Amino acid sequence: MNEVSSVEVLNMLQMEHYQNAFEKKMEGKPIGWLTSIFPQEIVEALDLDYVYPENHCCAVSARKESPKFIDIAEGKGYSIDLCAYARLNLGYAEEGYAESLTIPMPDFICCCNNICSEVVKWYENLSKNLGIPMILVDIPFNDQYEPDQARVDYIKAQLEHAIGQLEAVAGKKMDYERLREVMKISNENSRAWQEAMSWLRSRPSPMNGFSMFNYMALIVCARGKESSKQVFELLAQEHKKLTEAGETKFKGEEEFRVMWDGIAVWPFLGFTAKTLVKNGMNMNASTYPDAFAVYYDEPTLEGMARGYAGTANTRCIEYHVDGRAGLMEQNGCDGALYHMNRSCKVWDMMQYTIARRTAEKTGKPYAIFDGDQADPRGFSEAQFATRIDGLKEVMAEEKKEAGK
Amino acid sequence: MSAYNEILDLLIDAAKHPLRQLQTFKARTGRMAVGCFPEYVPAELVYAAGMFPIGLWGGQTEISRAKEYVPAFCCSVLMSGLEYGLNGTYKDLDAVIFPSLCDTLKCLSQNFKVAVPAIKHIQFAHPQMRKIEAGVQFLESEYGRVLSALEELSGTKVSDEAIAEAITVFNANRGALRRFVGLSAAHTDVISPSARHAVIKSGYFMEKPAHTALVNELCDALEALPESKKGKRVLLTGIMADDEAMLRILADCGLAVAADDLAQETRQFRYDVPEEGGAPLCRLAKWWQIFEGCSLAYDPEKTRIGMILDEVEKYGVKGVVVCMMKFCDPEEYDYPLLKQALEDKGIPALYMEIDQNAEAQAQTRIQAFSEII
Repeated sequence: MNEVSSVEVLNMLQMEHYQNAFEKKMEGKPIGWLTSIFPQEIVEALDLDYVYPENHCCAVSARKESPKFIDIAEGKGYSIDLCAYARLNLGYAEEGYAESLTIPMPDFICCCNNICSEVVKWYENLSKNLGIPMILVDIPFNDQYEPDQARVDYIKAQLEHAIGQLEAVAGKKMDYERLREVMKISNENSRAWQEAMSWLRSRPSPMNGFSMFNYMALIVCARGKESSKQVFELLAQEHKKLTEAGETKFKGEEEFRVMWDGIAVWPFLGFTAKTLVKNGMNMNASTYPDAFAVYYDEPTLEGMARGYAGTANTRCIEYHVDGRAGLMEQNGCDGALYHMNRSCKVWDMMQYTIARRTAEKTGKPYAIFDGDQADPRGFSEAQFATRIDGLKEVMAEEKKEAGK
Repeated sequence: MSAYNEILDLLIDAAKHPLRQLQTFKARTGRMAVGCFPEYVPAELVYAAGMFPIGLWGGQTEISRAKEYVPAFCCSVLMSGLEYGLNGTYKDLDAVIFPSLCDTLKCLSQNFKVAVPAIKHIQFAHPQMRKIEAGVQFLESEYGRVLSALEELSGTKVSDEAIAEAITVFNANRGALRRFVGLSAAHTDVISPSARHAVIKSGYFMEKPAHTALVNELCDALEALPESKKGKRVLLTGIMADDEAMLRILADCGLAVAADDLAQETRQFRYDVPEEGGAPLCRLAKWWQIFEGCSLAYDPEKTRIGMILDEVEKYGVKGVVVCMMKFCDPEEYDYPLLKQALEDKGIPALYMEIDQNAEAQAQTRIQAFSEII
């Protein structure tokens, strides 16, 4: 019997995820829409079913269907300045069907602003337009390096409040033993994901970094599910084997290793990936996939509050710089590639400073390119190619200098 | 009693000269001044600490160095604030306070911290789950951090009594401004859109008791005048309408501002800080809990839209001017729902983009709007 690969299990689980949501919807069970780093533990522990609009947006955009829904939203008065995921999803909510991938319409929505502030407004509008309850968990911005106790207390109280709201949706009380179990699974999955990703430090890195974006779907959608662990463990084993054999799935020679900062350019995923391969550049580190793993030591509401209080997009400049510099050092990157993602102000508005300071700290060059996570109008192939050329040239020069 | 126009001139003059106001205060008192970035900052704490709180709502300036820190799609109010920090305009400020109400604001604040290290940087976050008790407690803790930073700056402790006194002083100012906007709707023959804006804006650059006294004096003078509802009545909604050219065109086209729902204006003084019910810091935090009607405060019911419709009814408003701060995502999200609600009620709306550093707004669009209503 052939061994099952991580990617096969990944695809099967993804299919099951959407199929299950539809089946539950047909059975008349409530379906939730969640933002990507909402504390899904409390939803999962109440056996509620849910899907992630952001993941749906990735799929629809990668399959070139985003302009249709973006047009619908813009027709309603949504500005082109707004996040393209939001425009896509608000457009989708008008239609309820997409050729590339359909997700069931929600009966409740769960929003956590640890990814950005825009999601609060986006979900407010969904809640108002669809007449469905909105559950918000607010993670305040941290101007201090570490979140303080007041933040942890506030988040813990919100988790308790959100549990009450979700109990009303589920029509049953929270089983705290089950919640503890889900918390443990979530943490184990986050660590298994981290372990699988840690192999990217090997030389050559066993994976083409763009594959991270595929696996990432699982850490977003199914962090609290036992089944996800199998994929990450399989992936780690595959990476281990490749590393031990000195092999890589990266096509061609891994001449340069770069860190990718920001969300993928989903409508041009193929083009961006191929351009990197063509230039012998492997993206073997990224701030994006790791953003979805949330770690906390104690499986309690307090521990969970502490874990969520520090999620990446709520942090100060110094934390961001340290994180990127550490990641680049750990993974042996020769440079960094920053996606100035027109959709994502929380990422963009500090990016120049973060890029500059990270380069000062690591001594490694960087390039910034303009793009968008879902709106194809925000990206230029020519500019991307030029920026890659420029970065490659500097990296090559520096390698030559270092080799002297 | 002074004639209304003499008082108006004083307020308009203060609104036009923030830097002079600041320097005069510092020279006269030898005390410190603290800049308060948009949109909501507990300026009471600055006052209680014996300092001068001054509102920083951007301005018209050539953007050059700020571009090294933020991309072009940063709203002009924050982009120019950063530029002023970098080009030395803010050099007389001893500290700046930033809230973290939107993505641009939280990031710009972080940039300001590293780009303008000479000015003490204070940042805090409002809770969005503001209706639950834990939200109030969290904000109280945040205000405590702001207060500690101010105490560190001044080197003295601020007493609860001083904060309570500041709340009373600021509530009196809010009361005076509410009185003024009510009266200005009934005196549109003498209160032009520009004058109305300047009376409110001057409050950011004057010591509060002096501003309150002048505004009340102006209100007394207005009450003595016969009422006039000259002009086609409009309501302004958005972050701010701090665009002289646009305000002038509104007047030239025969439009009168009967009410506003602007963050720089009415949203600041629609509600008082509760005078009772806990320690002063807690009462300050409760203001955010009772506060409604702003795109920056969590509002899944979109209460703001109903509030605008109520004002339209109350003031006999004929049309709504949406003053859309360019690149302001919180406002941009509310817009489609507001637009729909206005359309459903048959209320004409005009979408005007506000960009402090752009050329004057198109006269023809306002003229056409004036003809519709």
